[in-house]
Amino acid sequence: MNLAVSIARHELRRLFVSPLAWTLLAVSQLLTGILFALSLTDLSLNPQRIGAYDGVSAIVGGGLFRFATVVLLLVVPLLTMRVFAEERKTGNIELLLSSPASLTAVVLGKFAGLMGYLTLLFALVALMPLSLAFATPLDIGLLASGLIGLWLVMAAFCALGLFLSSLTREPTLAAVATLGALMLLWLFYAVSAMEWQPVVFGTALPLGDAARALSLIGHHDALLRGVFSSADVLYFLIFTLCFLALTVVRLDMDRH
Amino acid sequence: MESDLKLSAQGLIRDYAGRRAVNDIDIRLAAGEVLGLLGPNGAGKTTTLRMLAGTLAPSAGRILLAGHDMARAPQQAKRHLGYLPERPPVYDELTVDEYLAFCARLHGVERAKRADAITRAKADCGLEAVGRRLIGHLSKGYQQRVGIAQAIVHRPDVLILDEPTAGLDPNQLRGIRELVGRLAEAHSVIVSSHILSEIQAVAHRVMILHRGRVVLDEALADAEARDDRVIDIGLRAGPDRSTLAALPGVETVEPLGDGRWRITAAPGRDIRGSLAETAVHNGWHLVELTTHAPDLETRFAELTRSAEHTTAVAS
Repeated sequence: MNLAVSIARHELRRLFVSPLAWTLLAVSQLLTGILFALSLTDLSLNPQRIGAYDGVSAIVGGGLFRFATVVLLLVVPLLTMRVFAEERKTGNIELLLSSPASLTAVVLGKFAGLMGYLTLLFALVALMPLSLAFATPLDIGLLASGLIGLWLVMAAFCALGLFLSSLTREPTLAAVATLGALMLLWLFYAVSAMEWQPVVFGTALPLGDAARALSLIGHHDALLRGVFSSADVLYFLIFTLCFLALTVVRLDMDRH
Repeated sequence: MESDLKLSAQGLIRDYAGRRAVNDIDIRLAAGEVLGLLGPNGAGKTTTLRMLAGTLAPSAGRILLAGHDMARAPQQAKRHLGYLPERPPVYDELTVDEYLAFCARLHGVERAKRADAITRAKADCGLEAVGRRLIGHLSKGYQQRVGIAQAIVHRPDVLILDEPTAGLDPNQLRGIRELVGRLAEAHSVIVSSHILSEIQAVAHRVMILHRGRVVLDEALADAEARDDRVIDIGLRAGPDRSTLAALPGVETVEPLGDGRWRITAAPGRDIRGSLAETAVHNGWHLVELTTHAPDLETRFAELTRSAEHTTAVAS
């Protein structure tokens, strides 16, 4: 466990001495900041949009968190591509593999390091709607549910990205594959919205429902609407753990 | 005897997609010994070393490192190992101190001893002056030293250095060579190279690999002592091969053309005097008599060439 912590700290340190991490932080902060300012302006120009059910928290917070997920879609592949693909390309992975750290410790350490960085990005996004508390009463429960959802989405994206990064030795390939996979998850959600039930051999297949159950974005959406169900949280935990486990298996296959 | 061995590997085999890269290699490394692994490019040196370092699983065979089985207890075994891969595994964006601190933590050096361990590793590798510089800004030779410092920071029993002198200029080369010599005082070392003089300069024992097999494994002192037995002789009016072969103390005779012969004496016999006397007595017109002393280089060339020939015939 100590070793995993060492690896996580090392990963974080390497991120913060590289311009990439700072640039990504700055760009995502700029984009989410502009969206936050735009949605506030929109609200002040059209105050009638605030109704009985949708308050400032739902409109500003929900919109911002949805947009932050899109930003993550672009940020996470750039972070995860460095981890295994690049280390394999430079040969630095040999240092970890010949050390007394187990593969599980290596994967958990890398994951924790990246999550540490992403949590900083997360905190900067979270501060924006929370800063409205000075001006207006907020639905903290709704915001908290949305924030937990955002953090869980980060973890899931990160685990998927790590796994795809462990498959190749080309960082760009890992990034493109991760971007593609994350977008596929998005499309999956579109299928669930279509209520598509094709009839095969006389049986209606509830593809729409299946897609909704499997789609990462669908589970996130429930949390964004303030519906905090343990099933959604469990979905994200299982998703993340599965891909971390697959990464360990993939790295072990490298030795054989 | 077994307990003296810091590292022992038996019957190592490694297949890559049907191609056998390493075929049945046994390695035994005693405490304080420096083993030189020599072979042409593609002989299986790196594959062998990666298996010993635990980054590659052997297809068959068993590795014991300081008494721990690499397959069953890899964590314990790797605690006793320092490994410098072909390319030094350094992070360009970190300073030497930051990097070594991470390596020390990674190898479980206790917090209280960490600063000491880093200072010692830097002193051993001549890195005192560059501790605060970025590794990416250092020259290739210094990066190589940082790679070695990484391998010794936790004072392992066994040190595996894969081509530590590759790509260095002559001065850096001498520096690394002296460093390996110093390290041998406290560690058992396996060092690989495709350059013979590198191995001769540092190793106690040499192992020549060719096409994944061991073609020579002996102490360097023995390898060089045997050389006195080979004599080159030039006879202008010389006899035929069988006459020479029948002389007392002669083991083999090989014609070199133009009246010159290469004669190998039976072990432990110096036949130079009697050979000269016989030549003069029989009127063979002796024009040359030298000990041939084929150095390791010739033997290396012969071994790797003849093995090639046998494989060609076998396949």
